[in-house]
Amino acid sequence: MTPQLTVLAADTDGVNGVALAVLIALFALVTVAGFMASRFMRADSMETLDEWGLGGRKFGTWITWFLLGGDLYTAYTFVAVPAAMFATGAVAGFFAVPYTIILYPIIFIFMARLWSVSHRHGYVTTADFVRGRYDDRGLSLAVAVTGFVATMPYIALQLVGIQAVLEVAGLGGGDNILAKDAPLLIAFALLAAYTYSSGLRAPAVIAFVKDILIYLVIIVAIVYLPGQVGGWEAIFGAAEDKMDANNAAAVEAGLKPTSSFIPGSAAFWAYATLALGSAMALFMYPHSVTASLSSNSRNTVRRNAAILPAYSFVLGLLALLGWVAIAAGTQPIGLDGEPNAQLVIPQLFEDMFPSWFAGVAFAAIAIGALVPAAIMSIAAANTFSRNIYKEWINKSATPAQEAKVSKLMSLVVKAFALVFVLTLDKQNAINFQLLGGIWIMQTFPAVVFSLFTRWFHRYGLLAGWAAGMAYGTYEAYQVVNPVTGKHFGGSTALIPGIEQMGYIAVTAFVLNVAVAVVLSAICNAMKVSNGKDETIAFDYFADADDPRVQKDLAAHDTHADPYGDPDDIPGNAAAR
Amino acid sequence: MDSGNTPQSRPEQGVPPTDKRKMVLAGVLLAIPIVVLLWVPHYAKVEPDLLGFPFFFWYQFLWVFICSGLTYAAYRLTLSARGLTTHKVGDDR
Repeated sequence: MTPQLTVLAADTDGVNGVALAVLIALFALVTVAGFMASRFMRADSMETLDEWGLGGRKFGTWITWFLLGGDLYTAYTFVAVPAAMFATGAVAGFFAVPYTIILYPIIFIFMARLWSVSHRHGYVTTADFVRGRYDDRGLSLAVAVTGFVATMPYIALQLVGIQAVLEVAGLGGGDNILAKDAPLLIAFALLAAYTYSSGLRAPAVIAFVKDILIYLVIIVAIVYLPGQVGGWEAIFGAAEDKMDANNAAAVEAGLKPTSSFIPGSAAFWAYATLALGSAMALFMYPHSVTASLSSNSRNTVRRNAAILPAYSFVLGLLALLGWVAIAAGTQPIGLDGEPNAQLVIPQLFEDMFPSWFAGVAFAAIAIGALVPAAIMSIAAANTFSRNIYKEWINKSATPAQEAKVSKLMSLVVKAFALVFVLTLDKQNAINFQLLGGIWIMQTFPAVVFSLFTRWFHRYGLLAGWAAGMAYGTYEAYQVVNPVTGKHFGGSTALIPGIEQMGYIAVTAFVLNVAVAVVLSAICNAMKVSNGKDETIAFDYFADADDPRVQKDLAAHDTHADPYGDPDDIPGNAAAR
Repeated sequence: MDSGNTPQSRPEQGVPPTDKRKMVLAGVLLAIPIVVLLWVPHYAKVEPDLLGFPFFFWYQFLWVFICSGLTYAAYRLTLSARGLTTHKVGDDR
C-alpha cells in the first residue's frame, strides 16, 4: 500500500490572501446578482406568495433543473458527505449515492400528482394539500410544524459549510466571540437581505453561477487531484488502511468498530435504510416541494427526474474526495488547533491548488451553501405564513400581509439555524441532515399516501405521525456520541425485530404507518367522519395547458377575494 | 356542495383515460433501481475492480446512468399512456 504523502502547506493557519480576494470578489458578484434577481421574469408585484415564494410558477425544465440541483446538492454534498467519508468511511458517507439515485424514481411516482393538485387549488405547501384533502386543521398543523422544524438543522448544515470555508481561508476563529463568527454573520446578513428583497428569484439566478463554479471545480478536482496523490488505486488503498486502523484503535479502546471501507454484513441494513430514508424524506421538505411546484408543468417535474441524476454522479465523485484527502494526508485542523473533519475538503483544495483557484473553489462551496440556505428559508417561511399564521393567527390576512410575514419568517428561521450552528457540536454535520430526515419523513404518509387514496383516516394519520415523531426523537436522543458523551450523537439504532443497525427514520416510519393503518381501519369501520375533500379525481392529472386550468387561473386573477371560490363549483379552482 | 368522495356526475372530472399496461410497465421500470440498490449484499464487494475502483463504487456509479435511462423510459411511457394533455381542448364542461 502507498504510504500517505505528507503535504506541507505553505501556511495552513494564516490568511490566504489571494484565495480570500477571489472568494470575496465572487461572493460580491453573486450578491449583486441576488439583488438584481427581482427583475428576472419580472411580475407586476412581488407582494404575493406566488410571486415571492414560487417565482410566479413559470420555471421551465432547465431553470427547474438548476433550482432543484441548487436545492438538493448543498453543503451536505460538498462538506458533510466527504467529511463523513474521510472520518468513518463508506457506510457513513457513500450511502448518499444510492440515496440520490433512488430519489428520482420515488419522486417520479408522486410529484406530478402533487404538482397538478397544487396547481388546481393554489397550494404552496404540503400542509395546504393535507388541509384541502381532509379539511383538518390539526393534521395540517402537524405537517406544517414538522416542515418548519426539520428545515432548521438542514439550514444549520449550510451555515457549517460556509463557516468551514471561511475558517480554512483564515477568517474567523480566535477567542473573541464577535470576531470569531463575524465573517459568518456578514455572509449570513447578505443572504438574508437579498432573499428578503428578491424571494425565490434570487437563488434561481445565483444557482446558474453556482453550478458553473461547482462543475468547474469538480472537473478540475477529479481530473487533477487523484494523479497528484498516486491514482485511484492508491486512494482506495489509503482509505482501506485508514478504516482498518480506525477499527483496530476502536476495538483497543473498547468501543465498537464503526469505520468501513466497503460495508460489511453488519452494515447492510444501515446502508440501505440510510439511502431509502433519506430519499423518501427529501421531497417532504418544504424547500424541495417549493422547487418542484415552481416548475411550469407537471411534466417538467418528471422530465427532471430523468436528467437530475447527473448531479448524483457528481455527488459520488465529491464523496470520494474525502478519500483523496486521506491519500493526500490532509490535516483538517481548525483555527482553534483542534482537528475538525468538516474542514477536510476546503483544506484539501487549499493544499493542492494554486491560491487563486483555491479561492474559486472556496467560492463554489460557499455559494453552494448559500443558495440552498436561501431556498430552504423561503420555503419554511411560506409554510409558516400559510399554515400557521393565516390558519391560526390572522385568518383574514391579505396576500400582501401573508407575503410580508413570509419575508420576516425567512429571517427568523435563518436566525434559529444560526443559533444551532453557534451552540451545537458541528463535528458530525451530516447528522444534522439525518436528524431533520427523521422528523420530516413522518409527514410522508399524510402527504404521499393521501395523493393516491383517501382510505387512510385523518386521525389515523395524525396518530401515526405522533407515534413516529415521538419514537424517532426518543431513539435519536438515546444515541450518545462515545467520544463527547453528547445526546443526538448519530441517527442509526438497532431495528427491533431485526436486531441490525438501521436509520431511525425508517423504523419510525414503519411504526407510523402501522399505527395509521390500524387506526384508519378502526375509524373507517366506525364511520368516523374523514373530513371534507375539496379535491376531485381530475385534479391529480391536470396540466398547465388544460383549458379548464387556464380558465380557473384567469378567474382567480380577476377575483376580488383571492381566497374564495370564483364560481362556487367545487373542485375546480384555487379555493385557498 | 358535493365533496370529492361522491361519485362524479361529469366524466371529465374523473381519471383521464389511461393505458393501464403502460403505467404498470412504467412502475416496474421505476422499481428496478430501488430494489437493486437497496439489496446491498449483492454489490458490497471489492472484485472485480475497474480502473482502480472497487466493484462497490463503480457499480453504483453505473446505476446513476441506468436509473436515468429507466426514468426517462418511464416518462415516455406515461406520456403515451395518457396523451400529452389530460383532456382534449374543447372537452371543457
